[in-house]
Amino acid sequence: MSPIVKLNNVSKSFGSLHVLQGVSFDVAAGSVVAIIGRSGSGKSTALRCINGLEKINSGEITVCNHHLHHDVTRAQLRALHLDVGIVFQSYNLFPHLTVGQNIMLAPRWVRKQSKPEAREHAAEVLRKVGLAEKFDAYPEQLSGGQQQRVAIARSLAMEPKLMLFDEVTSALDPELTGEVLKVMESLARDGMTMVLVTHEMAFARGVADKIVFMHQGRVWEEGGGEMLSAPQTPELRQFVGNGL
Amino acid sequence: MLTTFQMQALLTAAVWTAGLSLIAFVLGGAVGLLIAVMRVSANRVLRGIAFTYIQIVQGTPLLVMMMLAFFGLSILGFDLAPFTAASFAMVIYSSAYFGEIWRGGILAVPKTQWEAAECLALHPVQRFWLVIIPQGLRISTPPTVGFMVQIVKNTSLASVIGVAELTYTSKLINNSTFQPFIIFSVVAVLYFCMCYPLAWWSRKLEDKLNVAHR
Amino acid sequence: MTYTFDFSFLAEYWPQLLKGLAQTAQLSLLSIIFGFLLGTLLAIGRTAQSKLLRRVCAIYVEAIRNTPLLVQMFMIYFGLASVGFKLSAEFCAVLAIVINVSSYTCEIMRAGIESVRKGQREASDCLGLTWLQSLFLVVLPPATERVYPALVSQFILIMLATSLVSQISAEELTSTAARIDSMTFRSFEIYTVVALIYIGLAFVFRLGFWALSRLVFPRLRRLGTPL
Repeated sequence: MSPIVKLNNVSKSFGSLHVLQGVSFDVAAGSVVAIIGRSGSGKSTALRCINGLEKINSGEITVCNHHLHHDVTRAQLRALHLDVGIVFQSYNLFPHLTVGQNIMLAPRWVRKQSKPEAREHAAEVLRKVGLAEKFDAYPEQLSGGQQQRVAIARSLAMEPKLMLFDEVTSALDPELTGEVLKVMESLARDGMTMVLVTHEMAFARGVADKIVFMHQGRVWEEGGGEMLSAPQTPELRQFVGNGL
Repeated sequence: MLTTFQMQALLTAAVWTAGLSLIAFVLGGAVGLLIAVMRVSANRVLRGIAFTYIQIVQGTPLLVMMMLAFFGLSILGFDLAPFTAASFAMVIYSSAYFGEIWRGGILAVPKTQWEAAECLALHPVQRFWLVIIPQGLRISTPPTVGFMVQIVKNTSLASVIGVAELTYTSKLINNSTFQPFIIFSVVAVLYFCMCYPLAWWSRKLEDKLNVAHR
Repeated sequence: MTYTFDFSFLAEYWPQLLKGLAQTAQLSLLSIIFGFLLGTLLAIGRTAQSKLLRRVCAIYVEAIRNTPLLVQMFMIYFGLASVGFKLSAEFCAVLAIVINVSSYTCEIMRAGIESVRKGQREASDCLGLTWLQSLFLVVLPPATERVYPALVSQFILIMLATSLVSQISAEELTSTAARIDSMTFRSFEIYTVVALIYIGLAFVFRLGFWALSRLVFPRLRRLGTPL
């Protein structure tokens, strides 16, 4: 089966800072890939590049048959965003809209769904993340964990082929991360293709089909969950040692 | 184009505009501080008086206040030159706005400052005048300077009661030359030269304050 | 002091004052609506990608904000007439006020737009919304809600500023007052009455804008907290 995401020798720099230096890895359809690494290793940037939020300087990224180079157009990006959902560390819910309106916004204006159709669909994805009763609440009335689950539901409502998660539990209190991880786990079970940047080693080991360890803007090591127990490089050994 | 004589007349008028602005700022500021303090006082009556004063002044057009000052003061038996009446109206006008601006600044001083001052055993009046007021005024420096732009521009309304400031003089000149674009452009530039530095300064102060609070 | 106050002229002239009041209200609302629209457009220009567009909008705003409305009004009314455009005083009045107000609205709305975090824009991009959709659905609504109190203060100032149009002989409350004054010579009394009418109108406007905020910002209506 051909990969749904393919990074080929991708480089990206901010001024003189080389954040990505020839990164390559694949994501198979229906699989879960976790990107781990120290902060500053380029893992979040790699994820943002997959979604076109950051433009790459060289190399090539293929995502759901969309090709991203250094000079990607606005129209190409929009087409990409129809297939790829992303959940941010800081939720980025729209504060002036209710939970339901947040979720229905894109389906109505982008997918041109009718209001009842969008409403029904929104209620369904909200049920999926366990927040059916919060349809009419405003974001500020929810806990961080609940807001993050709404953000996941908002992405799901667009029925993406691929979902990206950018350190989605980092801003949450420890007791709230569990509910978010549980939602992500069930998504993985349903066969959603997911790429996540995370600090939750146990979760990565348990759910991911493949783990990519990034260090200094490069893919340092990749493999299955077992790689965390038997690191090949001193850098991963040190990282795992600190992390676990 | 303008004759030398007309140019001289405009520059003299600009001095009157600047003078009226200065009076409005200094005296209006003094009254405004009193209003601000009354507005945050613990005494309900004082608070109510200041609140009503602000509501009335901020609900009346300055143009109408100019008229009231001009005709009203003469009724009271003061035979006033237009300039005095205009100064009176400007002082009332600016005091209400300064009062509101500085009230905002005083309220923006964190509660912990009150507590800290209390723990240093300062008398309530001392806490207010030594700790809170200086900080409050400092927080409101950018909008204060910004409001000075409004003062300068609004002195143009003194023209309606015959004060020979910039706008009045420009109208006179226009009546004899009928070159409105030229004369009013020149006057606009003169106002701009007085206002823009203030606006620029206000923005700088704001940036500085934002950096300090980050 | 031997002056006796005499408000008896009111009996004869109150219909004229009412008409002036209606004209002032109409002039104000027109100026507010068009000023807000133009100002928002300028604010979008002021926060646009194009450096040239940002520059042009900034120069416009600074030029307008640092010169008196009265001078702007004279320039438009007398100036346009001098080059052959015979426009009504009322039209020139609205034009001058709209131009003036738009520059203030621009700065207020710009602050609102800049208060919307970058992540909001990113999130709507990632949901596939177009630039225009995300501007109108995601950026402008919370931006407007956040700066609404400042906008209302500005709108009240506009209402008061419409009194200036009496200086180019457009019809409204203050010019009505001047006319009654010239017939009755009860200057202080008539301007006191007019001041009271303005204070009342300012109060009504405040109330109206408060009600409007509850109507157009459902979040505010439900939660009552600032955004």
